[in-house]
Amino acid sequence: MILRLFVAVILSLGLFACGDKKDDSAENQKVSTTTKKVTAKVNKAPVNGDAFIESSLGDATGLIYNITSDSASHDAALKIYNGLVEYDKDLNIVGDLAKSWDISENGLEIIFHLNENVRWHDGQPFTAADVEFTYKFMIDDKTPTSYDADFRLVKSFEVIDEYTVKVTYGEPFAPALMSWSMAILPKHLLEGKDVTKSPLLRKPVGTGPYKFQEWKAGESITLVANDDYFKGRPYIDRRVMRVIPDTATSFLEHLNGAVDIAGLTTLQWTRQTDNNPKYNDQYDKYKYLSFGYTYVGYNQLKKPFNDKRVRQALTYATPKEDMVKGILFGLGIPATGPYKPGTIWYNDKVKKYNYDIEKAKELFAEAGWTDSDGDGILDKKGKKFQFELMTNQGNTVRTKICETLQQSWAKVGVKVNIRVLEWATFINEYVNKQKFDAVVLGWNITNDPDLYDVWFSKNCGGSKLNFICYKNEELDKLLIAGRKEFDPEKRKVFYHKAQEIIAEDQPYTFLYVPYALVSVSKRFEDVYTAPAGLTHNQDKWWVKKENQKYKFEQ
Amino acid sequence: MLNYIARRLAGMVPLLIGITIICFAVIHLAPGDPAQFLSSMNPKFSESAHEKFVKLYGLDKPLHVRYIDWVKRVAVLDFGESFAPDGKTVMEKINERMPVTIYLNVAGMVLIFFIALPLGVLSAYRQNSIFDKSVTVFVFVGFAVPTFWLALMCMYYFGVVKGWLPISGLKSYNYDQLTTLGKMWDIVHHAFLPIVLSVFGGLAGLSRFARNSMLEVLGEEYVTSARARGLSETRVVFKHALKNALLPVVTILGLSIPGLIGGSVIFESIFSIPGMGQLFYQSVMARDYPVVMGVLVLGAILTLIGNLVADISYGLVDPRIRYGKK
Amino acid sequence: MGRSRLLSKVNKNILFYSGLIIVLIFVALAIFAPYISTHDPSFINFDSVFLAPSADHYFGTDDLGRDVFSRIVYGSRISLFVGFVAVGISISIGLLLGLVAGYFGGFVDLIIMRFVDIMLCFPSFFLILAVIAFLNPSIFNVMAIIGLTGWMGVTRLVRAEVLSVKTRDFIVSAKVQGIPSWLILSKHILPNVLTPIFVTATLGVAGAILTESSLSFLGLGVQPPTPSWGNILTAGKDNIMFAWWLSFFPGIAIFITVLGYNLLGEGLRDILDPKQ
Repeated sequence: MILRLFVAVILSLGLFACGDKKDDSAENQKVSTTTKKVTAKVNKAPVNGDAFIESSLGDATGLIYNITSDSASHDAALKIYNGLVEYDKDLNIVGDLAKSWDISENGLEIIFHLNENVRWHDGQPFTAADVEFTYKFMIDDKTPTSYDADFRLVKSFEVIDEYTVKVTYGEPFAPALMSWSMAILPKHLLEGKDVTKSPLLRKPVGTGPYKFQEWKAGESITLVANDDYFKGRPYIDRRVMRVIPDTATSFLEHLNGAVDIAGLTTLQWTRQTDNNPKYNDQYDKYKYLSFGYTYVGYNQLKKPFNDKRVRQALTYATPKEDMVKGILFGLGIPATGPYKPGTIWYNDKVKKYNYDIEKAKELFAEAGWTDSDGDGILDKKGKKFQFELMTNQGNTVRTKICETLQQSWAKVGVKVNIRVLEWATFINEYVNKQKFDAVVLGWNITNDPDLYDVWFSKNCGGSKLNFICYKNEELDKLLIAGRKEFDPEKRKVFYHKAQEIIAEDQPYTFLYVPYALVSVSKRFEDVYTAPAGLTHNQDKWWVKKENQKYKFEQ
Repeated sequence: MLNYIARRLAGMVPLLIGITIICFAVIHLAPGDPAQFLSSMNPKFSESAHEKFVKLYGLDKPLHVRYIDWVKRVAVLDFGESFAPDGKTVMEKINERMPVTIYLNVAGMVLIFFIALPLGVLSAYRQNSIFDKSVTVFVFVGFAVPTFWLALMCMYYFGVVKGWLPISGLKSYNYDQLTTLGKMWDIVHHAFLPIVLSVFGGLAGLSRFARNSMLEVLGEEYVTSARARGLSETRVVFKHALKNALLPVVTILGLSIPGLIGGSVIFESIFSIPGMGQLFYQSVMARDYPVVMGVLVLGAILTLIGNLVADISYGLVDPRIRYGKK
Repeated sequence: MGRSRLLSKVNKNILFYSGLIIVLIFVALAIFAPYISTHDPSFINFDSVFLAPSADHYFGTDDLGRDVFSRIVYGSRISLFVGFVAVGISISIGLLLGLVAGYFGGFVDLIIMRFVDIMLCFPSFFLILAVIAFLNPSIFNVMAIIGLTGWMGVTRLVRAEVLSVKTRDFIVSAKVQGIPSWLILSKHILPNVLTPIFVTATLGVAGAILTESSLSFLGLGVQPPTPSWGNILTAGKDNIMFAWWLSFFPGIAIFITVLGYNLLGEGLRDILDPKQ
């Protein structure tokens, strides 16, 4: 399976920033009102059958993984294709279509040895030619993919024999290996054809555990188990992804038993499930720390945010604990930096900014901001401390954060005006053009620790991701060095140091890492969380004969 | 008559051009183009990718050139391809959404006509009676309740608490395995709430229109004189008055033609109905220009035709109106 | 119509009365909001989230611990304001264009009415989205948007009225006397078209309040932290099963107000209708 490896702000309306249940991980925690599941492992042997119904807020836009960029398309396509490598449940990189690989001493070459018994859904054998085709496809200027960056770093690509390929890079690049988790496409169906007109966009052919069956536009996508899957047929016969655009409707459908898995909001988790027998009879709840964080980013090109003390003061004046308690009902952890607590990349010895109004006022005063005219708002040389806090529309949690910050910062004499903008306008007209004071947004946390895209000083301007234009030369050096080191223990040192710098400078006020809250129907067996989240072993989920809800003629 | 229609049709052309120019300008000048949309917040997007997408989407040409290209294609009824990576043409996209929307709208509209007309006529006939007053309040209740709120309340009560009705969607998963009768029941079952709620919300307009129209007719001389001639009251009301009162209502039919393909985004979101409203909303949000333009142009054409049909039918039923001069 | 006759018609009209009373109550609520509300409507208190209605919080509290009653009271300001300004905009535009088109006729009429036709061809939802893409959803823009997309009906109505008034003797004689057009328009024609406009405006306020709530549903309405009935209602939608008071009270507020304006409008229509 291809795990999503790119950093992206989740657009998903209504749900909070990083709630993508597929690729999150960590804290192995299961909350259930019953004890039945604890013994799941000793159950009798898995049997085939039944269907798994999930819901999505939006319809897929297309089913060739490599050229779509929305989460609905990716979730559906994820089950249809394989990459060369993938993450296992403990977030180790393991082989997928590749059974093994060798990385040269200097880190410039990777040789992939491919599985030999893999067939495409149409029966054709999978070979090195398909991998080569996919590589060329990704860097072709006629391919409408938005994930070409990593593949453009490849210096040369060689097919050594039918089941071996060699990739050579110009310079060592640690995230390179994982970039090969990109879906591999069938050469025999796509070569020499215009992909934008290919029937595969609607009727995909992959190597994955599920085969495409039907796509009713705006309604549902149905996949059926691939009997010929090289890692063994998944137990559940069908997967149906239903489009339910409204979050309230989606929860009602879940409650009614029509959708088997649902991401819960913190509110549903705390107040609408435990006390509801109708819910408890049907579902188990699972929670794990999600792979993402929410933050306030300050535009470093603007006064007064170019002053470190001002940023630190704002962080001191931010009641992170209270926000987690109030907005997330305690279902999150205050964040201190860009990594997830509990992973090896996370450094918990960085400077912390516990809520402290006095400290904040001191720092403001040091930076020259005092309330000299007694109107309750700080000022400096006749200029008042007021600015706009922006976020995107449709994300109620972010709006609540803005409202809370407005009130909290008012206590230290900072006047905040909230502005909520439609996504495309917000990003393209304000964020990417540095026309903002401060924004509330979220990042996904990738399994690879590379921070280059978001924090390297040159990645500012255009649509690059260091849109706050933060600059720190020392950090730049660390980020470059970290990218070239393959050994996690050595790599860790760079990133731990980087976190200290970021914590000291506070270019962001890191708010929190929320929990992913998932509810899954009790009829599925072998459901458990791992560092990689909950759905890491979905192909191995199964339903006892007597519990099976949907029956299909084979 | 034919002459009149021909002239009206010819008059539509400049209107359509005006409409398309405005649409085209508005959608293309709105902040954020589809290429930027893909690049935003995506580190795997290489520096040259934006340019690549601009080329692929044909956004590199100046606006007026793009407009002319678009008109050339539309002139041969080709609305182009959607930007979404599913390789569908705009017409395919519209075609897959249209039947659902038409089905629900026709059902809703027929019901509205059948309920609202008698309500309106009777309340006019018994003007200021308790019946009239309660009908007035009833239809306005339908109009005044925020629909999505009522919809969610009903879904919760009838769907979750009582379990009588499905919550959303158009069909069950096992639809294909049902008997013919079962299939019909399944569809009716699913469409029940959306249709009932849209009818409830839509009663006010038509019933008030019918009431006013009936009141006007009841005040006309020929009705008074018919009464004076000693014709029975039922005959007066149902034969003479009703016929004339309903004539203007007929024109409403024409005006509701464009409404047949327009879905309500909110309704469709709440009930998970894959209709035109959602297609349009999502296309606007994703800046899928070809689809947005396609839907708008289609809607505009239907509106213009609807107006024409309304005028013609009005003329047909009301001989006082003559074509040709005005 | 005699004054006494008018009064007796008013007296007999229950719809008019109930509508008027409802509207007045809500207007009073909006004006005296600071005195009526029991709490600061924007005060966030994480210790009191989702409290059910009680003596302390009449309508309970919301997800940030704010008092729903106070928010609805303050929201009435916003919602009514949106209603009045939006209708003010659409009536002004509609009236002006309608008068001009109807009175001058000819080429001006043709251009204006074709423009109306064009505007009517856009789904109003598209117009709203388009404007929102350019502007951002501040409260003034929401009012402007609802107003700018709702004037076409008024124009048609006014034009039709003007056409019928125009042929009357007193206008013709005024023209013959050489009285300037603007004077004829404002002194003689305008008063005669005001009646239907008044009814339309009343109904329009109701429509605008509903439109704002729909926009809020899509996240495009009045933006937080300003409370409007629409955004309070939308915020409560996801908790409909658990915290019913969050969506129930704003829903009822919208419902009663819209009903009030509609009844008022209908009542006015009955009263002002010369035929009866």
